[in-house]
Amino acid sequence: MAEILKRNKALAVNPLKASQPLGASLAFLGINKAIPMLHGSQGCTAFGKVFFVRHFREPIPLQTTAMDQVSTVMNADENVVEGLRAVCEKSKPSLIGLPTTGLSETQGTDIKRLVKTFYAKHPEYAHIPVVPVNTPDFTGCLESGYALAVKATLEVMLPEKTGNVGKRKKQVNVLAGSFLTPGDVEHLKELIEAFGLRPLVLPDIGDSLDGHLTEMESSPLTVGGTPVSDISTMGESIATLVLGNSLFDAADVLKAQTGVPDYRFDCLMGLEAVDSFVSALAAISGKPVPEKIERQRAQLQDAMVDVHFMLGFARVAIAADADLLYGLSRLVTEMGCEVVAAVAPARAHILASVVAEQVAIGDLEDLENTAKRNGAQLVISNSHAVETSRRLGVPLLRAGFPQYDLLGGYQRLWVGYRGTRQSLFDLANLLVEHGHSEPEPFVSIYAQRTGESRATPASGQTH
Amino acid sequence: MQAKDIAELLNEPACTHNKKEKSGCARPKPGATAGGCSFDGAQIALLPIADVAHIVHGPIACAGSSWDNRGTRSSGPTLYRIGMTTDLTEQDVIMGRGEKRLFHSIKQAVDSYAPKAVFVYNTCVPALTGDDISAVCKAAAEKCGVPVVPVDCAGFYGTKNLGNRIAGEAMFKYVVGTGEPLPVPDALQRPGITVHDVNLIGEYNIAGEFWNVAPLFDELGLRILCTLSGDARFHEVQTMHRAEASMVVCAKALLNIARKLQTDHKVPFFEGSFYGVTDTSNAFRDFAKLLNDPSLTERTEAMIAREEAKINAELDPWREKLRGKRVLLYTGGVKSWSIVSALQDLGMDVVATGTNKSTEEDKARIREIMGDKTKMITDGSPKALLGVVKEYQADILIAGGRNMYTALKARIPFLDINQEREFGYEGYSGMIELARQLALTIQSPVWPGVRKPAPWAKSSVPGVELGA
Repeated sequence: MAEILKRNKALAVNPLKASQPLGASLAFLGINKAIPMLHGSQGCTAFGKVFFVRHFREPIPLQTTAMDQVSTVMNADENVVEGLRAVCEKSKPSLIGLPTTGLSETQGTDIKRLVKTFYAKHPEYAHIPVVPVNTPDFTGCLESGYALAVKATLEVMLPEKTGNVGKRKKQVNVLAGSFLTPGDVEHLKELIEAFGLRPLVLPDIGDSLDGHLTEMESSPLTVGGTPVSDISTMGESIATLVLGNSLFDAADVLKAQTGVPDYRFDCLMGLEAVDSFVSALAAISGKPVPEKIERQRAQLQDAMVDVHFMLGFARVAIAADADLLYGLSRLVTEMGCEVVAAVAPARAHILASVVAEQVAIGDLEDLENTAKRNGAQLVISNSHAVETSRRLGVPLLRAGFPQYDLLGGYQRLWVGYRGTRQSLFDLANLLVEHGHSEPEPFVSIYAQRTGESRATPASGQTH
Repeated sequence: MQAKDIAELLNEPACTHNKKEKSGCARPKPGATAGGCSFDGAQIALLPIADVAHIVHGPIACAGSSWDNRGTRSSGPTLYRIGMTTDLTEQDVIMGRGEKRLFHSIKQAVDSYAPKAVFVYNTCVPALTGDDISAVCKAAAEKCGVPVVPVDCAGFYGTKNLGNRIAGEAMFKYVVGTGEPLPVPDALQRPGITVHDVNLIGEYNIAGEFWNVAPLFDELGLRILCTLSGDARFHEVQTMHRAEASMVVCAKALLNIARKLQTDHKVPFFEGSFYGVTDTSNAFRDFAKLLNDPSLTERTEAMIAREEAKINAELDPWREKLRGKRVLLYTGGVKSWSIVSALQDLGMDVVATGTNKSTEEDKARIREIMGDKTKMITDGSPKALLGVVKEYQADILIAGGRNMYTALKARIPFLDINQEREFGYEGYSGMIELARQLALTIQSPVWPGVRKPAPWAKSSVPGVELGA
């Protein structure tokens, strides 16, 4: 059990946290022909847009209710109704996500009532589902906002009466957590399909934010993602795979409403975690594990043997949202590393299970100080940690949001046997490249090597 | 901030078309609005001041999504790149603990980073709950012994442009005039050269681009007291009132500070730009004119002749590659005319430009430079932009980073012109980089490849279908 250290200072320095409204937006971006509209000032949306555009290198549909001074002081109800109308009229979306922000929550908006008001006033748009979700940025972080949006989507979209569990004999629901990249989601779908199953992923950023050129030159809505019509069939699946502890609340809603049995996973990195995932697929499908996957497992085992020299006793510092932090801590400790600094931006159930002595709720300054004190050799965090790791003089492996300075970082594969293997190679390479401490060259007082210039040992040489 | 103060800021007498409806009065449309807020604008304007601790007072969204994402460079301190926010919690908001947290935050920043000053940016939530940030800043300044400047720029006050003005206003109210420049050391005096003190306002040193131009100021004996705000230091902002002339670089956004320097401290100003050969030369000429120093004028002309001859020779091969290429420029308006001039220097043809956020004066200037045949675009939606690209057969879209993927998804060459970009284009030598980047994307061999359908795609297969 990791000890959780509370935030112990007034000022957050070099924030690790991305906000709840951003997380909620990300979840809605995984639904096909959808658009999130943040209920707040136009800046909330503009910053969010830049954040995701720089990370995914994709156009990002995101709108705003554009609260100004008058509507902030007097009443912003009309902004929501008018904003929904404008988006419906202009873009004809399949779904609108409506996360609140710190501004509208402080004002005290009743976002669910406003959606009812909208339908009453504009019955012509009754067919377009709107998913309101309370996501103030003064609580939680990206991961919790994402989870709240997934839960809200299920609450709005699941039909009231189900009871057809298993009607679709091959369909498996996948609730995909925010720690998964588009590349991860894509790979997981392949794994599931390898067992003859049909994955129904919610949200499916593997289909919408994977970065692909299409015939369509521009779209005001998401291109790809979970089809809205699929969501209502989740009650007919044979099983649900829940990926990420942060989604367990949402999974409760799905299970209570549909009765579809679920399999829950905190983590999909590392041999042990992937083994239990693959075992579950075998159990659900009743089929043996395909040879191709057996091979991937054997390849991972081979890699584990190869890299354990570099990773054994390596001192790692990790800062990330809770699910990712937990997964990474398991990945590296299974290889013999020690997590000497662990920081999460906000509280979450899973933090107590992180494989480290302590987990601090804090920022990158906290990570830097702890990493320095405990002699970390490697940092795993987002692109903001570039300066952190530079000051620490150790290498950085980029993970989480945002990654604005690494091409392809958004789609990197982390999970499954294949993703795990690549992560192990990358971790080992970073440590090798960065070298390790050797004795300073010593020249004996008796040595008679006059005229010899002193060579500096090159770092990064192989041993 | 009260409504009347906002109205006051929207009123800019130095704009010749001030009488028209103010951009800030048109309320943003819910569900159909793009662009940043006042906090965004204020932060952009002041963040480059390198030795200041910039604290964003609010919950995480404001700082969390925006810290350390500007391309502005410092030649010394890097404190401005440290993200700081009070990261207000639910308890802070409900129990009204924001002011207390802010006070302790300022103290913490001073204790751990020893800044020359602290700037506090107010945001929506504390503005709504009514935190008195001016009072907190005053109390904290007394306690900590460093200047603490409130910048009241909550996002719901209005647009990015308003935020720029709020930033200028805060500098003028709390910083300018609170310090004196040191005299020029004797060792740096050169015979026949009188050193003149000048300001640059609205220059952000993106990707270090001002360093292309800075050596020429040294050569001419122009001492830059302060650049607001690229690579600036707090002390330099304090001394701006002692300059003999100011240049407002490119944008209108910080015009209010130039105007107030003129009315309150008799510092004359002109508007200019360092984009393009012509505009760079004109900027130096305008300084010489305002400073009224015959020797300076003479040396300036000699310098211009030398630099222009040199750069024109270097640009010739690039001009051949770029001549006649058609450009759609969509910058949101602010820098339109200065970029147009640079593109014309390269022999390119600007067929359309965005004027969404341009002031009337900007628009008049664009018309003056480009004539009436250029289309002025007000609808900046991706669909509209792509429509114009097609209609006017543009070879390239030049716009801000947010539109980059609009172009790339449509397989259209693109150049990023905004804050986050990674290349500097200012000055004579910056033109080479600009030409290089333009040619790099326009001539790239990837375009035919990404426009080509797969060989097996039915529509593209020439000849007769088999097996009919």
